[in-house]
Amino acid sequence: MTDTIAADKAEALVTGKLDELLSGYDPSMEPQEFWGRQYDLGLAWVQYPEGFGGLGVSPKYQSIVQRRIEAAGAPTWNRQINLLGIGMGAGVISAHGTAEQMHKWLRPMFTTEDMWCQLFSEPGAGSDLANLSAKAVRDGDEWIVNGQKVWTTLAHIAKWGMLPVRTDPDVPKHKGITYFIVDMEADGVDVRPLYQITGEAEFNEVFFDDVRIPDEYRLDDVGAGWRVSMTTLMNERVAIGSRSLPRGSGSIKDAIRAWREYGHDDPALRDELTRLWAEWEALRLTVERANQMRKAGIPGPEGSTGKLAWADLNKAITAFSVELMGWDGTLYPGGYELHRPTEFEDAGSPQRNFLRARANSIEGGTSEIMRNILGERVLGLPGEPRVDKDLPWKEVPRG
Amino acid sequence: MGDTPRVTFALTEEQEMLRQTTRQFLADRVSPTVVRDLMETETGFDAALWQSGAELGWHSLAIPEEYGGAGYTFAELSVVLEEMGRALFPGPFLSTVVMAANAILIGGSDSQKKELLPGIAMGESVMTMALFEGSHGAVTDDIRMTAAQDGGDWVLDGVKKNVLFGHVAGTIVTAARTPNGLSLFLVPADAGGLSAEHVPTLDAIRKQATVTFAGVRLGPEALLGSEGTAGDVIDQVLRLASVALSLEQVGGAQWCLETSVEHGQTRFQFGRAIGSFQAIKHRLADMLVSVEHAKSTAYHAARIVDDATEMLVAAPLAKSVCSEAYLGAASDTIQILGGTGFTWEHDTHLYFKRAKSTSLMFGGVRHQRRLLAEALGL
Repeated sequence: MTDTIAADKAEALVTGKLDELLSGYDPSMEPQEFWGRQYDLGLAWVQYPEGFGGLGVSPKYQSIVQRRIEAAGAPTWNRQINLLGIGMGAGVISAHGTAEQMHKWLRPMFTTEDMWCQLFSEPGAGSDLANLSAKAVRDGDEWIVNGQKVWTTLAHIAKWGMLPVRTDPDVPKHKGITYFIVDMEADGVDVRPLYQITGEAEFNEVFFDDVRIPDEYRLDDVGAGWRVSMTTLMNERVAIGSRSLPRGSGSIKDAIRAWREYGHDDPALRDELTRLWAEWEALRLTVERANQMRKAGIPGPEGSTGKLAWADLNKAITAFSVELMGWDGTLYPGGYELHRPTEFEDAGSPQRNFLRARANSIEGGTSEIMRNILGERVLGLPGEPRVDKDLPWKEVPRG
Repeated sequence: MGDTPRVTFALTEEQEMLRQTTRQFLADRVSPTVVRDLMETETGFDAALWQSGAELGWHSLAIPEEYGGAGYTFAELSVVLEEMGRALFPGPFLSTVVMAANAILIGGSDSQKKELLPGIAMGESVMTMALFEGSHGAVTDDIRMTAAQDGGDWVLDGVKKNVLFGHVAGTIVTAARTPNGLSLFLVPADAGGLSAEHVPTLDAIRKQATVTFAGVRLGPEALLGSEGTAGDVIDQVLRLASVALSLEQVGGAQWCLETSVEHGQTRFQFGRAIGSFQAIKHRLADMLVSVEHAKSTAYHAARIVDDATEMLVAAPLAKSVCSEAYLGAASDTIQILGGTGFTWEHDTHLYFKRAKSTSLMFGGVRHQRRLLAEALGL
């Protein structure tokens, strides 16, 4: 019974704050100003403590917040603009950060004043993230970082970066990592674009040359960086695999548009389109089911399959959309003008989406790694043999 | 097609309990040995087992209280169907409780419902539907069987194929053309001129018969509901039957997944459990994904059976997705188990045959996708 009363109270609290937020909303208001108010009223992420953009209530009330704000026509796209910050950084900072750290970083992240990036991959450490070699050496109250990261989405516009680095090469690889937040405008940080298959440079190489990071920018303990990184990755995969979409939206929408626009009537193509629609809908229903089960406190396997299924299916559907366009599919609207987007671009022409989708099964954990995770953590199959498991990191062969 | 209606996927406490008691009963009473013994018989039917199921309430679950049922919904029945698929439950449950009962419920007159449904709910009646004459799923277009009026009587002539447990059923609901269109008739198994002949099947557990109507003479009361309205009733029943099969398929696919995973954990080659090899591990991860997707479509469909418009999408969606998932899972299970999976002794072949067989029933995967494309306006 106490739960019910608490739930009533929580809902009333959330609704009251929403009324306050939306009664002060004016369409001419700058989105950042609105998001600032949303944060200050505790409606950024309701499960966080008061004073940190939350109200300390169950996260299930966040969906009420989103629906009401959307219905009022107020801006909600900060989550897309600052995908890496709001999607991953916030969860990591709240799980591993101190109150001062949360205070410093969460609000400007939510308002998109500060963009975020995630500095994980290295030339020698992709799927084998724990093998990373960018290092930090302590110097009094500071750390000095040297090394290189790669595939860093939006590093060129980010103010802050999530940075795991090696702080102890003498222990096995998972144990010698420490996690920092780095100021991307600090001296010695050099961000260079990596122009990708689409012509865009949303990813970058990032070089660290004697970059100084104050110790108060360290998340969690020295040597605890692997654990912190795992929190980040789990947040990332959940963010990628659990997006609730309406029926028939996303890439299948492009396919259906092309089917209609080009007046197709071929039974084989219709069967293929319908098959892809059915698979997309099955995935969508699974995401919906997983979200419901998670809210009901019954996490099941359906919650961890989304990232893998989405990546493979999105590749198949975007490829088919271009096929439905026939020769027109060979065009590339706008051409390959090399440019650096200023926010995370999640849509474009079918041709661009077709090319972009190739990354879906690589970024955020390759499909091969995702299959290992599902096999080992969900199905309980034995792990891969780990020849480097007990060796000090510096003795592990790499190249 | 707009956004899909939101359904609640989590089981209620009552549904969860139903699952547990059903699974326990099936584990106790319907072992693979029992299934195989019944498979060897021509009827594939065990009256005592049938009665025990009815006593557990399976038959009455989705029948309204006013007709002697328990008044629950298809969502409750779906729990039983999934468990039956997992255990390869033998007997005419689908044909009686899903098909005939719903044909009566949807198409029958009030007095017919009052007369016939309590018998089904109590486990006294064994029924089936004799619908198919062709074999590619376009049921109503294929029907050539006639019902001519003679005095006050109906005289039925024609041949029906793929009649589930047609040689076991006490009553056969069949479809024939009358001068006023397609109509359904209730035919007692002992009617003169009716012969039901068992035909061997790929899935030897689910029996089928060819039923011949040679001048079968029936009274006026044999007409189910009103003349000329059968087309829509048949379509609705087939959608429900497709969803029922989808749930069975989910149960079977889950058995395949668990069996393969267990083998991957316990079978050693090259000094390692084979489930540690990516070739096996990744196949199993993909199987997990497809089984989860199958569950989502089947559970969704089972919860919206009263939404006629949505069922046009949800039923063929579930049937096509679940058919592919089950067949894929069963095929992969044979591969993962290696030679063992190919033996008569191991149960996997029973699931594989069931998977292929159910994917073909009520129209195969491509037929389901044609229905789906039609509903989506593609």
